[in-house]
Amino acid sequence: MHYTFDIERGNFADAGQASSSVKRTLKQLGVAPANIRRAVVALFEAEINAVAHAYGGTIDVDIDGSKIVMVVADQGPGIPDLDAAMQEGWSTASAKVREMGYGAGMGLPNIKKNTDDLKIDTKVGVGTTVTMTIYLA
Amino acid sequence: MTIKEIARLVDGVIVGAPADDSYDVEKAFASDLMSDVLRFSMDETVLISGLCNNQTMRTSEMADLRVVVIGRDKQPDAEMLELAEELDITLIKSKFSVFKISGILYEAGIQPLY
Ligand SMILES: Nc1ncnc2c1ncn2[C@@H]1O[C@H](COP(=O)(O)OP(=O)(O)OP(=O)(O)O)[C@@H](O)[C@H]1O
Ligand SMILES: [Mg+2]
Repeated sequence: MHYTFDIERGNFADAGQASSSVKRTLKQLGVAPANIRRAVVALFEAEINAVAHAYGGTIDVDIDGSKIVMVVADQGPGIPDLDAAMQEGWSTASAKVREMGYGAGMGLPNIKKNTDDLKIDTKVGVGTTVTMTIYLA
Repeated sequence: MTIKEIARLVDGVIVGAPADDSYDVEKAFASDLMSDVLRFSMDETVLISGLCNNQTMRTSEMADLRVVVIGRDKQPDAEMLELAEELDITLIKSKFSVFKISGILYEAGIQPLY
């Protein structure tokens, strides 16, 4: 099964709707709660990053019997130092983003922790694509 | 501890989803930073937060939280209340600070998440 969603830049009123919708779908499919939690925490963090740090983007989710593959792609500013960004507590979140409840610098570490496979393609001035895989063993 | 007991202790008002009397709260975690909340499993846990917006609800949804105490007399708007109902999350509005709420619940036997 394939699902796509659009993410809107800076729209914190609606941010998280795609992750919410994926959560409902995974529940309906009878995926184990622990795997649902891992998938939606990772997806939500990536969705929020696209809203907060980039200019919105798209989400593609593929679910089959053995795995969930989630791709969050944006045409944002890219991440200049990915190793630094992966560190707990590292954040460039703006004042507005902090007001919304983000900027702990825990999003990317949370994504890493909750996924079985993580690939981040990022290029300054071009954008960031985060590919997250959860195996449903 | 039941949700209603927590509401009583923090002199709070229950809004959003109705309190589920069968839900037993044993632990608490206090944060205004949503990614901090998503680091942990929130089983049988109440979130205490000064953040009062849609993102508090979305984060609670992803974390499988059932109850959130909103401190500092912050008022959820209509959209947030609607989300809380839809997501079956009970909100307890309290006039107390997050620190005071935490102290009261700690004293009453609620355990820190870690
Ligand atoms: N899609 C993105 N586009 C551009 N920069 C990004 C993107 N995602 C993350 N970053 C950069 O990496 C940093 C760390 O991201 P991370 O998600 O770990 O923390 P945060 O978003 O700042 O705070 P938190 O996720 O804890 O609310 C961000 O502050 C930002 O500088
Ligand atoms: Mg983030």
